[in-house]
Amino acid sequence: MLAKRIIPCLDVRDGKVVKGVNFEGIKEVGDPVECAYEYNLQGADEIVFYDITASHEGRGVMLDVVRNTAKKVFVPLTVGGGIATVDDIRETLRAGADKVSVNSQAVKNPQLIKDGADIFGSQCICVGVDAKAVGENKWTVYINGGRIDMKLDLIEWVKKCEALGAGEICLNSIDTDGVRGGFDIPMLRAVVDAVSIPVIASGGAGKLGDFADAFLKTDCSAALAASLFHFKELTVSQVKDDCRSKGINIR
Amino acid sequence: MIAIIDYGAGNIFSVKNALDHLGVECELTSDKQRIESADKLILPGVGAFPAAMEMLAASGLADTIREQSKQKPLLGICLGMQLLFDKSYEFKECEGLGLIKGYVDKIDDEGLVIPHMGWNKLVYNHDCPLFSGLDEDYVYFVHSYKAFCDDKNLYAYCTYGSRVTAVAGDGKYVYGTQFHPEKSGSVGLKMLENFAGLM
Repeated sequence: MLAKRIIPCLDVRDGKVVKGVNFEGIKEVGDPVECAYEYNLQGADEIVFYDITASHEGRGVMLDVVRNTAKKVFVPLTVGGGIATVDDIRETLRAGADKVSVNSQAVKNPQLIKDGADIFGSQCICVGVDAKAVGENKWTVYINGGRIDMKLDLIEWVKKCEALGAGEICLNSIDTDGVRGGFDIPMLRAVVDAVSIPVIASGGAGKLGDFADAFLKTDCSAALAASLFHFKELTVSQVKDDCRSKGINIR
Repeated sequence: MIAIIDYGAGNIFSVKNALDHLGVECELTSDKQRIESADKLILPGVGAFPAAMEMLAASGLADTIREQSKQKPLLGICLGMQLLFDKSYEFKECEGLGLIKGYVDKIDDEGLVIPHMGWNKLVYNHDCPLFSGLDEDYVYFVHSYKAFCDDKNLYAYCTYGSRVTAVAGDGKYVYGTQFHPEKSGSVGLKMLENFAGLM
């Protein structure tokens, strides 16, 4: 049976792992290669690097991080943040990433999903989606780190992503992100029901039981968290033990 | 030396990274002579079957691989495993390398999330030197098509809806893994090490 995946995410700026809730409060806290290696030892099923670098120089640094990580971490690596063109996808995969995560750029230019899937295969195109509730069981898609409401219906958008060839959806709820009260179960359930590609739950994990909760209440394929693991409040292995003890199939 | 056959498909650097990490001598090559002088061959691959087969045929590598697989161990990974079979129905009917009897077709069990992406547990069906020192464990899969073959060629499977061919072979030199050993943590590394140790 296919195991549910636990995915730690590392926010990287200029080649350093950073922590912080907003851009002003960011602190550099470590070497991404070392952090990825540590997560690998804890049993992470995949590792996501999210590049929050704005500059072009920073992109090159990010690719070096991927290259160096791929030499010592032998689980799938996903890289997101700032990927805008087919060339960006190509060079990220060539550096050793197994998947790329496209977000704002895919909303602005949905053809990026199709071109990426056609050239490199659906399996390496993950679409990251930031969404926020606008009513009962209704959500809209935001871009630029949750700052701009595109007035685009979430369910319509994820269906379109699937039709264009996306291999996976990473669904981040702006409503629960940072609140640490658990994943956004209604939003997650609605998206899982709308598509037949894997869906990763993101945004809101604050305590041990939140991961198992997402798996028990929805058919999501994976759950992702950043700060919870960054701040060493929980380890990946603790989360996996908790899921296992509740009968969830975990590696 | 292990030749990792570079025919322009997929993330071949991952396989090289894993072998480098294990201290196994290897090189990425599309050169016929290098392939002929290698002790073992790895055929990686990510992408679509027809495009990959076209590249192998156009470059003449298909014939080289067929001939070399009679005299030295060959490991196909993911799409590389699927290419070892007689044919595939991905997009259209397409001939494969024909080294293992069987065919490749869409995973079409009702209600399944596709692609089959993530860690699934192996069930051993026959002894295989690749499994040496390893219990049945989780390995990393990502694919939407699967291989159908005779029981004698099916070395291991996992369950996703129905059975999914995970490790197949011809009973001699040819092996294939549907999963990515180079992305399957310590279990996958051990399997690559076992392959590198084959005579």
